[in-house]
Amino acid sequence: MPGSSRSEAGSADLQVRSSIPEERTWRSALRFDLSRPVLLAVTALLAVMIVLPMGWLIAYSLSDKQGAVTLGNFVTLFTDPSFVDPLITTLIIAVSVSTICCLVAAPLGWLVARTDMPIRRIVRTLVMASLVTPPFVGAIAWEMLAAPNSGLLNQLWRSMTGMPADEALLDIYSLTGLIFVIACYTFPYVFILLANALDRMPGELEDASSMLGAKTWQTARRITVPLALPTLLAGALVAFLQALNLFGSPAILAIPAGFHTLTTRIWSLFQFPPKPELAAAASLPLLLLTILLLRGQALALGRRGYAVLGGKYGEPRLVRLGAWRWPAAALALLILAMPLFLPYAALFNSAFSRVASRLVTLDTITLHNVRFTFLELSSTMPALKNTFLLATLSATLGALLALLIAYIVSRRAVTGHRVLAFLATAPLAIPGIVLGVGLFLAYTRPPLTLYGTLWILLIAFITIELPAAYQQLSSAFHAVHPELEEAGRMLGASRLRTLADITAPLLRSAVIATWCFVFVAVIRELSAAVILFTSETKVLSVLIFDLKESGDVGAIAVLSLTMVAITTVVVAVANRFGGGREASRLPARAAG
Amino acid sequence: MTSTLRGRPTRRSVLAGSAAIATGSFSVQVRAAPQAQKITPALIEAAKKEGKLSWYTSVDLPVAEKIAKAFEAAYPGVSMKVERSGAERIFQRIGQEYQSKIYNCDVVNSSDAAHLIIWKRASMLASFLPEDVAKYFPKEHWDPDGMYASWRVTLSPIAYNTSQVKAEDAPKGFNDLLDPKWVGKIVKAHPGYSGTIMTATQQLSRDLGWSYFEKLAKQKVMQVQSAADPPKKVTAGERAVMADGTEYMVNLLQSRGEPIEEVYAVEGTPLITGPSAVLARAANPNAARLFYAWSMTAEAQQLNVEVGALRSVHPLVRDRPERKKLSDIKTLREDAAAVADQADDIKARYLKLFKV
Repeated sequence: MPGSSRSEAGSADLQVRSSIPEERTWRSALRFDLSRPVLLAVTALLAVMIVLPMGWLIAYSLSDKQGAVTLGNFVTLFTDPSFVDPLITTLIIAVSVSTICCLVAAPLGWLVARTDMPIRRIVRTLVMASLVTPPFVGAIAWEMLAAPNSGLLNQLWRSMTGMPADEALLDIYSLTGLIFVIACYTFPYVFILLANALDRMPGELEDASSMLGAKTWQTARRITVPLALPTLLAGALVAFLQALNLFGSPAILAIPAGFHTLTTRIWSLFQFPPKPELAAAASLPLLLLTILLLRGQALALGRRGYAVLGGKYGEPRLVRLGAWRWPAAALALLILAMPLFLPYAALFNSAFSRVASRLVTLDTITLHNVRFTFLELSSTMPALKNTFLLATLSATLGALLALLIAYIVSRRAVTGHRVLAFLATAPLAIPGIVLGVGLFLAYTRPPLTLYGTLWILLIAFITIELPAAYQQLSSAFHAVHPELEEAGRMLGASRLRTLADITAPLLRSAVIATWCFVFVAVIRELSAAVILFTSETKVLSVLIFDLKESGDVGAIAVLSLTMVAITTVVVAVANRFGGGREASRLPARAAG
Repeated sequence: MTSTLRGRPTRRSVLAGSAAIATGSFSVQVRAAPQAQKITPALIEAAKKEGKLSWYTSVDLPVAEKIAKAFEAAYPGVSMKVERSGAERIFQRIGQEYQSKIYNCDVVNSSDAAHLIIWKRASMLASFLPEDVAKYFPKEHWDPDGMYASWRVTLSPIAYNTSQVKAEDAPKGFNDLLDPKWVGKIVKAHPGYSGTIMTATQQLSRDLGWSYFEKLAKQKVMQVQSAADPPKKVTAGERAVMADGTEYMVNLLQSRGEPIEEVYAVEGTPLITGPSAVLARAANPNAARLFYAWSMTAEAQQLNVEVGALRSVHPLVRDRPERKKLSDIKTLREDAAAVADQADDIKARYLKLFKV
């Protein structure tokens, strides 16, 4: 077709469309685009963000102080009790947290998704809301509640039962206490996965079961539970990974209790004299374990396919709880008290009281902490500024980058798109603190000395949140069939025009949801920031963490509440302006 | 590969480098003491032109912010940014920043006097001798080359919660803390974080031996980080006794009516001087010198005592009347040079005993 116009080319495409694979159509359409340079640029960017720091991490872990190649760091890691003990402790924590999360999330998810429990919508929203709480803030709040002597709950218990002053009902400074607090802020992830899966589960199967004469509980045992099991397993793995890689909560609770986890031990290696070689070596078990478990998760989730594939099924049938309706609701509220009601009550109490261990009354209420935080503390405003700048930039650039990658991958726009998909999901396997160490090693040297600038934090945050952003947008792209874009192209629109007029409006809500998610996640990120900050680039989470070290709990409470309030407002606004359902579909990845 | 991979000086290389400097600059060492500097209108003008400075300190945050506000009031037009962290972390942070050629810090104050020795050896400090220091400060409280001077002095006493412990039951000294009745009731701060505690740990391990810490570690001690935190944990009722912590925080809480009482141990109380210095590469050199000079004046030192309950070596400063005079307290000998040499070893031993 010599001298064919674009529309003719389009109709030619249309004619052959039915006979050639979609891929080729796109490849031919791409002749007009600068897709190869774009692919190269994106790949190079991702390489700088991910491969470079990880490369340095491995190089450091294999070298001694003088730079000679050695396996000595790993020998130390697996023989020195100051590393072996934290490693074992971390595994105990991860296994326990994972178990507890499943034990709590499974019944709660079932109650919310499959029964006629009252207030189940509110319960679902509140569980999601508890995810806005950064885990380290939760840990500080639980310290106020359950420190063995000064904790508010212990004081209450003593005054109710007359238990002697040197005994305690709860001791948050213990392995059990730490496991409990981590579980409080991890079970929502399992809950969301499970509740969503139960929502999607076809009601027909259960109907069939009861038609064949099975009782309610029998149906639950024989049909519902087996169908939900792969998701529960995936949830267990998510919880395990969370607990494995969490830094904030252990740093706050484990050190007073006199033990380290692997993440706090890695952090302590940055004390003087810094031992980056050992820190790098200690990071690798976390990295490897995470990669292995993610493979496991992919397998577990992959199996779920048989249950949900296919057309639209009927709404799942709700189980009637009868007399158990209100006890069930009470149980749900009791569970929610742990991550939500109690900690926030404690935070409010200490924000407006001079001594956090005393209940504030009308006589003792004070604005002293608020005044101190906003008027006297000279780091508050710079930290707020840095945090919002970084959160906005990371959310915007991260969402754009994820959008670009999702587009290239889902439309198979270029050969080699799989590499991009892999690179974009790879950071999921990199714990925040490990990425922090890697970036620190990579960017404290020429040619790119980014340490000390906001850029290094920006790179860290975008990298950490990229997998979640990518996954979200990629599923959104899969929902928009290429036919719609092709129609636009056929009618003479350029590729960009098609994207702007057809694809973009269809993806709007997903993009806003992604933006929101990254924004929230950046505000609460601590583990990478704590390695990468300098006094000029301090963010809110690090400021709170610093205040914790000298025990300035009043200011911590004020800052934490500010942080959570802002996050909530941003999420609410974004939900209103088109985020909709997606905004609440938080991907299973948290920072902290 | 070796040289690119290892871009980062360690304490060892810092010391090696500074040894070279020390031998190389022998002729500099014999020069006369630097001239005492007044706060001149020219200095104030130059400081105002810079308009800002950043102060890294390990003094308790509210105290630091109050001092910063007082300085800003004394010299309007110069704004201060306080960067507070534990002395050991500040030491590490400055080292890390300098390796990346980041010169954020203008004036530094540390509760671990050993840091000043190390920084001086590494030529990181500027020589600037304020008039007040030269004229009033005892000789042992300032560097003959004018690199640093004792901005504050504090002690690391024992203290107890007076509503939980009767005065006659309170420990009289460090060895009393090893009594089984204190199991689970002691809070202490960490030498890997706090310079006060690093200094105190060196003195106690020298005078009482490491066996004291070995036994203390078996008392189920609650471990916090900053030396300003144990007094807060005691008044919150979280632990009845603190094995270490800063005296000034105990005094500040007392003046707020909190139930806490210090004990100057029969074995002697660790004495901690907290010197300040101007960094040689300060981004705001004039503002830095102005603040440094001002912070050593009788007026500013008096403020330290009043808002911070710190002790001062300035003879014109009146101490808080309600507390025991420094000269009446049996103190342990401070040896900053020894701390400089033993710090790594102390941290390693401490980690082994206390597991964190």
